[in-house]
Amino acid sequence: MTLTVTMTLNGESVSAEVEGRTLLVQLIRDHFRLTGTHVGCDTSQCGACVVHMNGQSVKSCTVLAAQADGAEVSTIESLAENGELHPMQQAFKDNHGLQCGFCTPGMVMSALDLVANNPDPGEAEIRDWLEGNLCRCTGYHNIVKSIAAGAQAMRS
Amino acid sequence: MDTGIGAAVTRKEDFRFLTGQGNYTDDIARPGQAHAVFVRSVVAHANLRSVDTEAASAMPGVVAVFTGDDLEGVGGVPCGFAPDGGPMNEPPRPVLAQGKVRFVGDMVAMVIAETLEQARDAAEAVDVDYNEIPAVVSMEAAQAEGAPTLHDLDDNSCFSWGIGDAEATDAAFARADHVTTLELVNNRKCPNAIEPRAAIGEYDSAHDSYTLYTTSQNPHVIRLLMGAFVLGIPEHKLRVVSPDVGGGFGSKIPHYPEEIAVTWAGKQVGRPVKWTAERTESFLSDTHGRDHITRVELACTSDGEFLGLRVHTQANMGAYLSTFGPLIPTYLYGTLLAGLYTTPAIRCDVVGVFTNTAPVDAERGAGRPEATFLLERVVETAARELGIDPVELRRRNFIPADALPYQTPVIVQYDSGNYEGVLDRAAEAADYAGFARRREEARSRGRLRGIGFAGYIEACGMAPSNIAGIIGARAGLFEAAQVRVHPTGSVSVYTGSHSHGQGHETTFAQIVSDRLGIPFENVDVVHGDTDQIPFGMGTYGSRSLAVGGSAICKALDKIIAKGKKIAAHALEAGESDIDFESGEFRVRGTDKSVGFGDIALSAYVPHNYPLEELEPGLDEGAFYDPANFTFPAGCHICEVEVDPETGTTQIVNWNAVDDFGKIVNPMIVDGQVHGGIAHGVGQAMLENCAYDEESGQLLSGSLTDYCIPRADDLPSFHIETTETPCPHNPLGVKGCGEAGAIAAPAALINAITDAIGVAHVDMPATPEKVWAALQSAQGE
Repeated sequence: MTLTVTMTLNGESVSAEVEGRTLLVQLIRDHFRLTGTHVGCDTSQCGACVVHMNGQSVKSCTVLAAQADGAEVSTIESLAENGELHPMQQAFKDNHGLQCGFCTPGMVMSALDLVANNPDPGEAEIRDWLEGNLCRCTGYHNIVKSIAAGAQAMRS
Repeated sequence: MDTGIGAAVTRKEDFRFLTGQGNYTDDIARPGQAHAVFVRSVVAHANLRSVDTEAASAMPGVVAVFTGDDLEGVGGVPCGFAPDGGPMNEPPRPVLAQGKVRFVGDMVAMVIAETLEQARDAAEAVDVDYNEIPAVVSMEAAQAEGAPTLHDLDDNSCFSWGIGDAEATDAAFARADHVTTLELVNNRKCPNAIEPRAAIGEYDSAHDSYTLYTTSQNPHVIRLLMGAFVLGIPEHKLRVVSPDVGGGFGSKIPHYPEEIAVTWAGKQVGRPVKWTAERTESFLSDTHGRDHITRVELACTSDGEFLGLRVHTQANMGAYLSTFGPLIPTYLYGTLLAGLYTTPAIRCDVVGVFTNTAPVDAERGAGRPEATFLLERVVETAARELGIDPVELRRRNFIPADALPYQTPVIVQYDSGNYEGVLDRAAEAADYAGFARRREEARSRGRLRGIGFAGYIEACGMAPSNIAGIIGARAGLFEAAQVRVHPTGSVSVYTGSHSHGQGHETTFAQIVSDRLGIPFENVDVVHGDTDQIPFGMGTYGSRSLAVGGSAICKALDKIIAKGKKIAAHALEAGESDIDFESGEFRVRGTDKSVGFGDIALSAYVPHNYPLEELEPGLDEGAFYDPANFTFPAGCHICEVEVDPETGTTQIVNWNAVDDFGKIVNPMIVDGQVHGGIAHGVGQAMLENCAYDEESGQLLSGSLTDYCIPRADDLPSFHIETTETPCPHNPLGVKGCGEAGAIAAPAALINAITDAIGVAHVDMPATPEKVWAALQSAQGE
């Protein structure tokens, strides 16, 4: 059985026929071909699939596509404008907050949710917030620096 | 802005990764592709009575279902190394099980369907009848008298190998005042790159050629192994593409059966076949790392002079030999047992053992973390037993800087370094002198504070091909590069190294920009496609800059040499009078010069050009085979605080000083060290790949059950570098990718045991283990 999901994806109204079991991340990646959102695990641990739904970060591997019906969803592809990186993206670049790049979209989307609620997070708060985002390359050192720098850039 | 060698240039590759425009294998959708799901053994050891695919084949959307019978005649998965060329038991590894399964996750059948969901559903319907055999899970069980054997062999042994002078070592122990002994487990790890493995196989009947997209650290190696040894496809008919790869850590070196299955099946079904691992599948079927049991003995005089080292190691190979499985616990391990010390007599014996577990191969550091762990643990323990300060004991035994190059008693010759200088700087950075005060202050808060040291040396820059051949590698270990200067002076560099996080697109461009004196923006680096790149051995063992970078330098030398010939003609001067500097060809002692861009244009528009003696074009390739390994070294100092009530360990300081030789991009080097330390801390405190001893079921088969470090498990790190250039490669570089993973476990366990006053705690030092060790120590 299929059902129709209609949502706003990165500012555009879209709809698709999905199975009941289809996950939001599958809809984003496989149907709409926005492949910046990644799948790194099957237990909702790694956070590579974090997107924003109605302004909050969610793990899109843990949301059914059907649950996103009527929602506003934004992905990593929505951040840069006219080739200009968002200040948080720029901070990741400036501080070498990424290596292989696979966890990066989830990290950036998660960081933006943190900063939306806490514009000036300290190191311990950033490390605590990243509980749901795994990186195997950076040892987090430069991700923490990047998020602090991105938050500062967004404040100014 | 300086973008040359030594500058902390931000990375070229970041824009695409940060904007979601990376191109990982699972992001690729080939026209008409079908989806594959593998049916994997749910038991560790069984004969297959039957594999019934009838129901699955009739399911909606199913394109084909294949079993081992269908692949009869297809070669097995090859192994790329046999120590000293053998003898080694090397049982066949079929792509899909043929009559028997040997670990949980072994592939039994392949289901291909229109959609991934349909393939999953149909895979559930494949009916496998297992006739179970008792599993041998631990190495002890596998080596027990009368143990069930995995393969058609007399027992479960793979190889028995040794290095060093046993007689001289026994003699050293006979005259020792003191012997320190440790029994150590080097715990099994799952590498866990965040990108799961994936592969797409495709056959083009118009050209009778194949393409494999795969998550590999070394696409040419995969082409060579799969083409020549498995499917019998000549190189010119097989293209292997490793696009953006989301981390490797060793687990994406080996040639895997899934790569063979999708490539073979792509032709059978006449359309591209795609497979992407789920994380649980990754845990079951990616190669694992480490898994040693070791007894180490260090013989000393009463004032702490090391006389001899004796090591006995059992190394778990898993159920089958992975590509470099037997290399890791032999030549990447035993050859590093001199460490930083002048220990004159060393003997190491290793047995490789088959068990009903996933194959074991390289994991970040590969052999060298195991060597460093036992050595730095036994040195620290000897210091405690002898009542000598651990820094002082190391100093007394260091290879002095003026003794380099230094021939160790375990084959390798260290090229350059200053080990005491590194330790002194690290001890200063860590304020070792102030540690006693910090320990007292912690005690006043009810915390037990400890400090741990780990010096390390590693062999990187693999490897001189002739030596690789002598020790048992079935491949050369050079690297290839092509530098293509375009008519307007921009440059494409084709490298056989593969970047899966290391930032080659940036560092290699820095080298070219620096050497040719052209803007960094005018250089692009191409990697990961066997159709574009002449050849390559790929990225592992911290070899990319030392070997791949050197190949690029050799190609650049040819470009400059040809440029001088063109410039000499243009400037009407002798070739030997032309200097090249900062992008200008200049007639020595005059103001006559011509820019690199003009020479490039002239090479492609050769109107005023020495055509009778020089070909047009400016496009040069090079192969570089290293003269020796490189030997990065360093010292990591870790401070922890343990809560005696809970056994919880907090890392409060991490100071590292590493000598990587010359550094091209310090920002990237720092990032590599951070990541390496995280791997080492993970092994020492958090990670353990556990199988049930009876059933062989993987107990740590998800990221819920297997703990890789999270941000709040780690501190920020203080790291520095010192520099003794590598004397035998053109850049003077040594390699930095594995250092942290090599040094960190010993530093951390040394710190924890110092904090709680016990001889040893096994890795991972979980709160439970630390608390129990503390209780038993207090009970004594």
